[in-house]
Amino acid sequence: MEKTLNEKQKLSDYITKLVVIAILTIASIIVVLPVIWIVLSAFKTGSSLFSSTILPQEYTLIHFKELFTETDFPIWYLNTLKIATINMLISVVITSITAYAFARFKFKGRKISLMAILVLQMFPAILAMTAIYIILMKFGLLDTHLGLILIYAVGQIPYNTWLVKGFMGAIPKSLDEAARIDGASNITIFTKIIFPLSRPILVLVALTNFMGPWFDYIFPRLVIKTASKKTLAMGLFEWVRSQSTTHFTRFAAGAILVAVPIAILFVYLQKHLVHGLAQGATKG
Amino acid sequence: MKRVKKSMILSSIFMGLGQFYNKDYVKGIIFSLVEVIFLLRLPGIFENIHGLITLGEEPQKFVNGVIVQGDHSIYMLINGAITLIVVTLFAMIYIYNVNDAQKTAKAVKAGKKPLKLKAFLKEVLNKNFPQLMITPAFIGIVVFTILPILFTVLLSFTNYSSPNYLPPRNLVSWVGLKNYKNLFELDIWNGTFIKVAIWTLQWAGISTVLNYIVGMFLAILVNYKGIKFKKFWRTILMLPYAIPAFISLLVFRLGLSGPGPINNILGQLGLEKIAFFTDPFIAKIMIIVINLWLGAPYFMILMSGILTNIDAALYEAADIDGANAWQKFRNITFPMVLFQTAPILIMTFAFNFNNFNIIYLLTDGNPVNSNFKYAGSTDILITWVFKMTNDQGQYHMASVVAIVLFIFIALVSIYSLKRTKSFEEEDMI
Repeated sequence: MEKTLNEKQKLSDYITKLVVIAILTIASIIVVLPVIWIVLSAFKTGSSLFSSTILPQEYTLIHFKELFTETDFPIWYLNTLKIATINMLISVVITSITAYAFARFKFKGRKISLMAILVLQMFPAILAMTAIYIILMKFGLLDTHLGLILIYAVGQIPYNTWLVKGFMGAIPKSLDEAARIDGASNITIFTKIIFPLSRPILVLVALTNFMGPWFDYIFPRLVIKTASKKTLAMGLFEWVRSQSTTHFTRFAAGAILVAVPIAILFVYLQKHLVHGLAQGATKG
Repeated sequence: MKRVKKSMILSSIFMGLGQFYNKDYVKGIIFSLVEVIFLLRLPGIFENIHGLITLGEEPQKFVNGVIVQGDHSIYMLINGAITLIVVTLFAMIYIYNVNDAQKTAKAVKAGKKPLKLKAFLKEVLNKNFPQLMITPAFIGIVVFTILPILFTVLLSFTNYSSPNYLPPRNLVSWVGLKNYKNLFELDIWNGTFIKVAIWTLQWAGISTVLNYIVGMFLAILVNYKGIKFKKFWRTILMLPYAIPAFISLLVFRLGLSGPGPINNILGQLGLEKIAFFTDPFIAKIMIIVINLWLGAPYFMILMSGILTNIDAALYEAADIDGANAWQKFRNITFPMVLFQTAPILIMTFAFNFNNFNIIYLLTDGNPVNSNFKYAGSTDILITWVFKMTNDQGQYHMASVVAIVLFIFIALVSIYSLKRTKSFEEEDMI
């Protein structure tokens, strides 16, 4: 009697497992199909979106070669790399010192500043595009990479300050006090204790700011006019947004060259990213 | 007390005088320099304020076939906005200067000597260290966030729009609350606003909840006991999160377009093509479904972490009590996960509410809707604002909608954040 019950249990366990694997398989196929399509397209001959067969009949590397010989793709890549790197450096410095001030010091206007950046963070910059355009024009920053970098580096301050402040707040204050007794100044405490100990969250800030410019096509289109100053996202976007999608296969090849490094970085750092995001939401 | 009062009065008359009176030369020089610079700039400041009030009086003219430039209202508006901020900052420094005169006088009365330059700098670095640290961020935020918001607010009270009020050809003028009245009372604006707002709420609500549920479902499946290759499944399923969204969205747009592969296959099978993005209803469904593809992996990864951290003893106790799988989910898993992810759920809603990318890249707000003013059937509020700004030159109404949108999203976010832990922490209050 007991044995059959056990076997029944085993059987139903087995079936559930099969169902779970089946669903996971279906979900994975749905996830992977668009990816496979774009990868195959990049190796397809011709340039059009339309193809008469599901799988390409011939495979070619010509589109990748074209990217580097016939288009501005390498220039865009370098531009984006430059903007991303500078944005990352400025953002980490500015965010970490701002968060340090809020996490460790009580000063007049602290609370109201914190509240203010919390509210300001809700204002999407897209809503103020006209204003940003005119301000950049006024300061002579239109059509410059610096203008773009400033938009990014300032735009990230509110959210990331909260994120980093939450993390720094959790570092024991006794460490600072011990150092202060030894005669360390505020700056020394920051560079020798707080900054190194905040590395996990600052890596997250660095990473998100490094990746931002690779995705953004909106502000480059607002700010940049000269062809040689374009960024990757902007260039790729323009290839497929014209009504005639004649550069489709070229877009596919370019998209792969952008997405693969980013995706690898993401998968590699997944725990870090999600942990940081979750912490930012609960800790403030 | 006399000395204190005298110092304060002196500093109110001219910045730094009170400090000089107390022989605090370093601060006296700094404060008076601020005032001197301000006074030197005064003519410009008055001109800018005047410009802000009038928004220009001299329109562009043709004289003997040559264009004579008139006033440019929008430059005057931005200069006026900058001036407003400068004057506010100056007023704050002025008040600070008077307070400082009081403090200095009290210190002198108590027998303290004012600091020399070197000691003063050291003192500032020490005492005002946090203020110094936040200064770069403060300047950046004032220029690139506060100034644009102020400018947008000001614009919403003007008639700055194409084709009749477009500088440098025309002047722009103040219209008071007219734009706000139009948005809420004029049928064509109001109808568009309400319907676009409803779709925005529907879209944000449905997609957030759907992504949440599917993400949780996937997380439970991946973490189901006895499933092998957990890491493999997780890595595959998180791919959409890892690929830059603007690329995957463009891929979907092309893949589901008229000549794209899906319709191509349907055609070869002898079936009719599906108007994925040209039928309003199907387009809306597609937006939600594609966002599920993009967004569910995020929740899956997030919840995988939480699921593995739930105390196994809870499930063991439930097993002993004879609970089935559904009961365990309902009474242990779900409450635990919901408790930890509630703030993120609200943040995601706020994010989707303004999810510009997905609408702009997938449908561009299309198909066209002739009942709407400057909006398509799938436009949400933020893409509508973008269209009015970017394509139609309706800057005045775009600003009004932007302000309304900002107020709404700020209220929701503040309300929800106030209920989370970060506000209860002592250092917040």
